[in-house]
Amino acid sequence: MTLFFQQLVNGIALGSIYGLVALGLTLVYGVLKIPNFAHGALYMVGAYITFVAAVVYGMGYIGAIAVAVIVLAGIGVALERVVFNPLRHAPRLHSMIAALGVLLFLEAGAQLAWGAEFRRLPSPFSGTVVLFGLPVATQRLLVIVAAVAVMIGLSLFLKRTTTGAAIEAMAQDRAGALLVGIDTRKIAMLTFAISAALAAFAAALVAPLNLISPTMGEAVNLKAFVIIILGGMGSIPGAVVGGYLLALVEVLGGTYISSSFSQLIAFAVLVVVLAFRPTGLFTRGV
Amino acid sequence: MRVPTTRILWLAALLAALAFPFLTDNLYFLSIVITAFITAIAVYGLNVLVGETGQLSLAHAGFFGIGAYTAGILAVRFDLSFWLALPTAVAVTAFLGFLVGMVALRTRGDYFAIFTLGVGVVITGILDLWEGVTGGTDGLIGVPPPTRIGPLTFESLEAQYYLYLFCLALTILAVRNLSRSLVGRTLLAIRNDEHLAEAIGINVGRTKRLSFTISTSLAGFAGALYAPFLGYLGPSVSGLVMMFNMLLYLMIGGAASLAGPLVGTLLLMAATQGLLAFEEYQLLILGPLLVLSIIFAPTGIAGLVNRIGQRLSDRKTKPGPSAAPSSPSPKNRARPSHAPPHAEAGN
Repeated sequence: MTLFFQQLVNGIALGSIYGLVALGLTLVYGVLKIPNFAHGALYMVGAYITFVAAVVYGMGYIGAIAVAVIVLAGIGVALERVVFNPLRHAPRLHSMIAALGVLLFLEAGAQLAWGAEFRRLPSPFSGTVVLFGLPVATQRLLVIVAAVAVMIGLSLFLKRTTTGAAIEAMAQDRAGALLVGIDTRKIAMLTFAISAALAAFAAALVAPLNLISPTMGEAVNLKAFVIIILGGMGSIPGAVVGGYLLALVEVLGGTYISSSFSQLIAFAVLVVVLAFRPTGLFTRGV
Repeated sequence: MRVPTTRILWLAALLAALAFPFLTDNLYFLSIVITAFITAIAVYGLNVLVGETGQLSLAHAGFFGIGAYTAGILAVRFDLSFWLALPTAVAVTAFLGFLVGMVALRTRGDYFAIFTLGVGVVITGILDLWEGVTGGTDGLIGVPPPTRIGPLTFESLEAQYYLYLFCLALTILAVRNLSRSLVGRTLLAIRNDEHLAEAIGINVGRTKRLSFTISTSLAGFAGALYAPFLGYLGPSVSGLVMMFNMLLYLMIGGAASLAGPLVGTLLLMAATQGLLAFEEYQLLILGPLLVLSIIFAPTGIAGLVNRIGQRLSDRKTKPGPSAAPSSPSPKNRARPSHAPPHAEAGN
């Protein structure tokens, strides 16, 4: 029972990370219709920025997270301006290939800047707290609380503010949004900024738990795509639910079935879902 | 009028390729060109699917890996002769490609790209983890070079060079015939507008599966040639970097053109030899190069050359103000044959 409870907490913590990463991916897909294959690389760069800010420049963990989020938001805007905006009218194929170019560029850049070896970010919250009579790592609790807070904040932003409504409007119809006076250029940049910032936030939260390396984003990237296919490409609640679902199945399956199973589960889900529902589980009408 | 020019160019290229081993004693150059030949075969396979059918498969390097490992394992663990291992590896890759295509092609567009990305990751994972068969992370060591057939032996690098050149020429001929055939036109019709293709009576599903199988067979063919040439294999032959390189060669050379894959592969492989010392950092230059070429020259080198050729022949046939390049028409004229229409963007 203790094992189950601990794995449940692990699953929820992992799901919070997956959810944040998938949220950014689904947001960009929903608003700009770009499957951003470089999203996992943004996550990886976010982890490194946190590491550098915290360890090299000796900022506090919280400060380092803020730095990573701001830097990545900037990188997101730059990506939109330099790469994806010029390809707005090109065939979809071209944005996808360009995203791959960005992915490998960022991985090589990280390797040049910080080396290929694994790094570990020490957590200031290394202890455990007792929850319902069972011990839980403080860092994991922090991951869950912070991620849920950000998810709620994002959904309030999208539902309650004018800018959020503009983002949703653009997701529904870019030309229509432009017609009613929405600055689609600004919204496109904002969407990329939010997306990259979410990836950085997720990476910063998970950095003390996992190792940091230039290729750490690859597996997360594929999983985030599986999640948004599961939850419906472009759907915000779908990304959150899908993130928790995949993480729980992975963690519990890894515990009770086999640990190599957990590596394969994401792909198995992808194959099964797409084999039976080629357009995803919860696809909105086109 | 332009047909003879292209034919002369191809013939000149062939003569140059035939003469190349006599012009250099440098075995290192020779082996680079051989690697480029083999890679170009795989890139031609990618072109059938990405360039001509308009489906972005990110599993192509995976199938290259399957072909390479099948040929390598058959030669190393079963002592099979190259001439049996080669067709077996192609058949295995084609069959697996057909099976994957059955499932993958139920999806379209973005979903297809994502699905094949997953397939590629899983193939690399299997090559990495199935240690008993593939040698795992250590790789498969000691794949013998091509064995003799009849009076022909392939011990020297020069002899191997001609073998791989022959295979490349065969591939180019086959791909040329394919793109000129009815099937080739059908592929273009699907790329340009899937719904329209369906409406005029094309069996889109079957044609796409055929295209996918042809594409993966060529990847397997290239892989099966790669294993005995290199002599060892690691899981990275099917990895993301390989996939990226193939797409880079295709896009720079020019997708949906006959010369593009060859030109792109030769040019970039030669150019990146200078960067070999910084192998991990090559991508710092190549990544942005791919992005820039897609933004500014989406039709690649072949498209640019074609456009210049077209403009020259325009000037010859109708001199006068109508040939002035300032009119917007030259851009539009070059487009239909090389790039998918841009109309689909934005929705």
